[in-house]
Amino acid sequence: MKHDLLGLKELSAEQIKNILSEAADMKKIVVGAKEKKIKNLQGKTVVNLFYENSTRTRLSFELAAKYMSANAANISSSGSSVAKGETLTDTAETINAMGTDILVMRHSMSGAPHMLSKLISASVVNAGDGMNEHPTQALLDMLTMIEHKGHIEGLKVAIIGDIYHSRVVRSNIYGLTKLGAEVTVGGPSTLMPMGIEELGVKVFNNIHEAIVDADVVMGLRIQLERQKKGLFPSVREYFRFFGVDDSRLKLAKPDAIVMHPGPVNRGVELSTTVIDGEKSVITQQVTSGVAVRMAVMDMLIHGGF
Amino acid sequence: MKILIKNGHVIDPANGIDAVTDIFIENGVISEIGEDKDLTGVEMEIIDATGKIVAPGLVDMHVHLREPGQEYKEDIETGTRAAVCGGVTSVACMPNTNPVCDNAAVVSYIKQKAAEAGYANVFPIGAVSKGQEGKILAEMGEMAFAGAVAVSDDGHPVENSGLMRRAMEYSEMFDIVVISHCEDMALGEGDMNEGAVATAMGLRGISRAAEEVMAARDIIVAEAIGGRVHIAHISTKGSVELIRQAKRRGVRVTCETCPHYFALTEEACMGFNTNAKMNPPLRTAEDVAAIKEGLRDGTIDCIVTDHAPHHADEKDCEFGLAKNGIVGLETSLGLGIKCLVNEGVLTMGGLIEKMAVNPSRILGIAKGSLSVGQTADVIIFDPRSKWTVDIKKLHSKGKNSPYDGFELYGKPEYVLVGGEIIINQGELMK
Ligand SMILES: [Zn+2]
Repeated sequence: MKHDLLGLKELSAEQIKNILSEAADMKKIVVGAKEKKIKNLQGKTVVNLFYENSTRTRLSFELAAKYMSANAANISSSGSSVAKGETLTDTAETINAMGTDILVMRHSMSGAPHMLSKLISASVVNAGDGMNEHPTQALLDMLTMIEHKGHIEGLKVAIIGDIYHSRVVRSNIYGLTKLGAEVTVGGPSTLMPMGIEELGVKVFNNIHEAIVDADVVMGLRIQLERQKKGLFPSVREYFRFFGVDDSRLKLAKPDAIVMHPGPVNRGVELSTTVIDGEKSVITQQVTSGVAVRMAVMDMLIHGGF
Repeated sequence: MKILIKNGHVIDPANGIDAVTDIFIENGVISEIGEDKDLTGVEMEIIDATGKIVAPGLVDMHVHLREPGQEYKEDIETGTRAAVCGGVTSVACMPNTNPVCDNAAVVSYIKQKAAEAGYANVFPIGAVSKGQEGKILAEMGEMAFAGAVAVSDDGHPVENSGLMRRAMEYSEMFDIVVISHCEDMALGEGDMNEGAVATAMGLRGISRAAEEVMAARDIIVAEAIGGRVHIAHISTKGSVELIRQAKRRGVRVTCETCPHYFALTEEACMGFNTNAKMNPPLRTAEDVAAIKEGLRDGTIDCIVTDHAPHHADEKDCEFGLAKNGIVGLETSLGLGIKCLVNEGVLTMGGLIEKMAVNPSRILGIAKGSLSVGQTADVIIFDPRSKWTVDIKKLHSKGKNSPYDGFELYGKPEYVLVGGEIIINQGELMK
């Protein structure tokens, strides 16, 4: 039976720990090894199917595949292969016909990879589906936290921003709570989905309360077009009440780290001084991303899920 | 042609009959009810209904037959065949066809096609507004004379409150009711019920306020002008309460719900199951309990299917892109027995009232009873006999049902429409 990584919702704490531990090994190759090449996926084909533009995530998966000697190909929505009018069912046939081993998929609709997974023989890695999940992002966030804090259990993680539309926050909530972290979410009530507390998190509209004593402060990207939909009045007001700056960061633990899935809107989610400050681990997250994706793809092919 | 239905448990709430007796049908019309008739030597077909329920054919006042215009989803023939297989002998069909049923010609066309098909009786519902655009009134008078039994912009709400007021006033002159699809679009943008289940799946939530705001508006408009309105497919606890209060005040409001609002909750959407995507969306267990209580205490008058067939391609896709709605004609009786009668919410007579008597009364059609002199639309079923839903075997073109594998009760063994036996011992005869 093939395995997929559709979300952290479906994984057990044990499975998540296994991925993180293999990812830690892979990271040694990414940062330490002279020759960034292992043969784990030699002869395997990884296809990146991206219905939304995301250069950094696609590049991260592509590098992960290449470091493991896989053949990597990209299908993007602007290209002819995912032409308008072609349904996911049609695409599934193409993917099957190409002899794909791993399909990495980014889609604007929640559940799209779940649907495609049932139609294809390749293992599916969800690289972000709508507002649902972005499991490799949460895994790389957790790997980065472990590198700095040594563990996940007992950490207090404050996630600030557009909770409603964020797949990153959902995956982080599933992963972090399974591993025993305490998660708080903060942001304007118009960007807070109803019932989020039932996922096991504390909810604050006052971000001071969300940040107090946090080990990790994570900003989430605000899509500026949400303002046009009337979800918040202005970027200026957003930053005034919900932006993370130096004074707010002082409420967190002295050794707290600051994370962001990127790309950051400077002066909106985080102040420039916070982004470039000593607590920021944003660039390390990128390196962790390649390692996590290597681990996930390796385990999908060679077992361990 | 004479037919004797012998020894069945006849349930005819319109005439207060709930007893084991016989029904005699002559020339398509019910000619006598009772056991004492001497029929020796009379040539006739005898249906032995011992141990079974004999009831008026069901009347479903909220069905999408899709013809004209969307025959790839369903047509009048397949839709009415599915209806008969579910024991539904009369359907009122919604006007969101292409062209929209907003004039007498389309009403006549639908009636003619239904007569040619020869399965269930079809009563077209005309549009409230021309093209269902919500701007100017459609020709309700002409449609009523052509056979339209109600008006509705179903599929869309009538957003303009002034137009809704005019529709209530104008339709009343022709003795037809306005059926309101209640949805405040600005509150209703989303994929499924708003709450933790939607949030956990990253789907956009539809607020219950979307339905309730407009139900409240329609009640207030009706109350202010003394008009009459029928609220379609209510799904929330709040809507039940609004209508309960309105009825107590004497507002001329009636309403309907659908089997999915008492048989399923929002959790049916889990795993991105597009066959559980509908509008209004499936709600919570608390709403289901309130819907059942509304059925029990009479707040909710009717059970309708909102039968909404779709092509496989319109459901085998991303949840957010999937069309709203499910087919329901072949499962409504079974769900009513399973979830309402067997759970003690309604008696069998109460269920027949909601599924036949009350819809006929609201539409003002001579259906839903076994009165002597009435056209013989009769169903016979055994409410204890179990059957399993297999969506591949549905007679509708649409296979979009969330009930695949459900064990239901009381599949109709005989269905008579106008005295013609269309289902005989469970077999479709035409
Ligand atoms: Zn409707």
